[in-house]
Amino acid sequence: MSKKLVLGFDDSESAKAALDFATTLAKAQGAEVIVAHVLEWSPYSFLTKEELEERHMRRKEELARAEDALLKPVLKKLTDAGISATTVLRYGHIADTLVDIINENKAEQIVIGRTGHSALSSRLFGSVAGSLAQAAPVPVTIVP
Amino acid sequence: MKHSLKTPLAALFALLALSAPALAQSIDERVNEIFANSTGWFVSLIFSDFPGTSFPWIVGWLVIAATVFTIYFGVVQFRWVGHSIALVKGDYSDPNDAGEVSHFQALATALSGTVGLGNIAGVAVAIGIGGPGATFWMILAGLMGMASKFTECTLGVKYRNEYPDGKVSGGPMYYLSKGFKERGIFGGGILAVLFSVFCILGALGGGNMFQANQAHAQLANVLGDYPGWITGLVMASVVFAVIVGGLKSIAKVTEKVVPFMGILYVGTALIIILMNFDQIGTAFGRIFEGAFTGLGVAGGMVGALIQGFRRAAFSNEAGVGSAAIAHSAVRTKEPITEGFVSLLEPFIDTVVVCTMTALVIIITDQLVTDPETGLFVLNEAGTAIQTVGDNSGVALTSAAFQSSIDGFKYILALAVILFAFSTMLSWSYYGLKAWTYLFGEGQTKELIFKLIFCIFVVIGAASSLGPVIDFSDAAIFAMAVVNVLGLYFLMPIVKRELQSYASRLRSGEIKKYK
Repeated sequence: MSKKLVLGFDDSESAKAALDFATTLAKAQGAEVIVAHVLEWSPYSFLTKEELEERHMRRKEELARAEDALLKPVLKKLTDAGISATTVLRYGHIADTLVDIINENKAEQIVIGRTGHSALSSRLFGSVAGSLAQAAPVPVTIVP
Repeated sequence: MKHSLKTPLAALFALLALSAPALAQSIDERVNEIFANSTGWFVSLIFSDFPGTSFPWIVGWLVIAATVFTIYFGVVQFRWVGHSIALVKGDYSDPNDAGEVSHFQALATALSGTVGLGNIAGVAVAIGIGGPGATFWMILAGLMGMASKFTECTLGVKYRNEYPDGKVSGGPMYYLSKGFKERGIFGGGILAVLFSVFCILGALGGGNMFQANQAHAQLANVLGDYPGWITGLVMASVVFAVIVGGLKSIAKVTEKVVPFMGILYVGTALIIILMNFDQIGTAFGRIFEGAFTGLGVAGGMVGALIQGFRRAAFSNEAGVGSAAIAHSAVRTKEPITEGFVSLLEPFIDTVVVCTMTALVIIITDQLVTDPETGLFVLNEAGTAIQTVGDNSGVALTSAAFQSSIDGFKYILALAVILFAFSTMLSWSYYGLKAWTYLFGEGQTKELIFKLIFCIFVVIGAASSLGPVIDFSDAAIFAMAVVNVLGLYFLMPIVKRELQSYASRLRSGEIKKYK
């Protein structure tokens, strides 16, 4: 069984840098890349009646958009580079869900971008990279 | 479009505010008179008594319904409440469904539609007229109403319409027509149309005018007296901006602030109750004694019972059918799980929040008693109990809170306006669903309803409490007449669902994820 590497990916600049880094790494180690995109979602938020009604439709749209705009191009880029890659698309708390994905796939490491949160918002809500560094069961590489 | 509308509105306000107050007062009086005259017949029809008694038939109707559902489903509200909480916590949610509406979200949204003025102003009305004993009947009605809510919300999800674009529409009008057809019973279509008509009236009454009316009462209480139609116009223009102008952000913010206001309200009530913990026993004593004797209130025990049941139904809307509309939007594999979740609503709304309001009013001694007999003193008209500051409705609750925590009336005023606003938005949604059921979907048709809705905000704020509350109750109860009748015919379907779900839960087919 080949080594597995999870790449936490979104549409930020640093995620692109993380993709480049992961590509080089996977090539060197002959690892398989699992590209993971998590849509922030809490089952305990408050919605209006209209949001409730439209939720199922919106969810489908969001999934389709993430698949087409984010994951497909990355998958193509990786396979073009000769790396075997798969994608995972989930809803949930971003850091927690990435940890779940690592555990489910028995991955050996995770690469993520350091998203450009402002100092204030990361102080208030915590940054994904920060919480992942604390919670992940495997080595974490944070790419600026 | 929005901008072009704002300027003339502002100019109108300035002009009207400058005109003589006397003129303004007379506008309120005219509105009140026309309104009371044109709705009186409807009110007397709904609230007519059983022949030869002074007991309104509608109250009996609701009591019987809640009792029947409670017995028929084997006290579902107590036996399944643990499972309901597990569902809300997400213990049974499939992680692959993440991103869909959760049970918690469905409950929170439905609650923000029901927790509101019914809990603050309605309870004060009940106690003001029926005495502390009304609280007992209110709690009992809340507990039994859990079974009604369970029945209607399960059906709401089971018989909703799903459209190709992924949107869903549901509620009593859909289960009445589709459910009756499935069981081969005639008349479902007629009931559905009747329900829709009453739902539109309910949306304009309890879901709109009562809210605007009490929001104005609270504002006038804090800012000093001024004409109601001014509040009405301001509220109507904000409602207009959201439902017609599409300013969804206002609705979203409201939806996020309201739960915290609710927690703040209950928290404050708890503090006041704990501050007077030595009187809790006395307060409950009065509630129980009053429930069976009336403690000298006009109408005695029956008066307390009628008020308790009326205000409970108005507050938690169990059996009314509105919650079925809200819950039917939730995507779930098991319709009955929405029923389980929804049975928590009357509990939170009536048994917890309404009781808090009642206790605060009783504990802070707002009701005047005769020192010699210990009975309540009636006001001059003999229609309600004399209160310390001659307050009724929301002003009575406000005075009770204010007497313990200075300055709380400002926070309460803010809470009341937010609650009123969120309830209005909820009911504009329910009303619109009924409207589109009757007339079909279409921009012009929907716009007509939304404009009517906004006009009624102004009428509600300008009228006096009596006629508004009578019409609001009448309209909401008219919904319950049709809905409950339908529920009797459809309850075997819910029972089948319940038995099937229970056996699959036992066999482990329905599994826990957490």
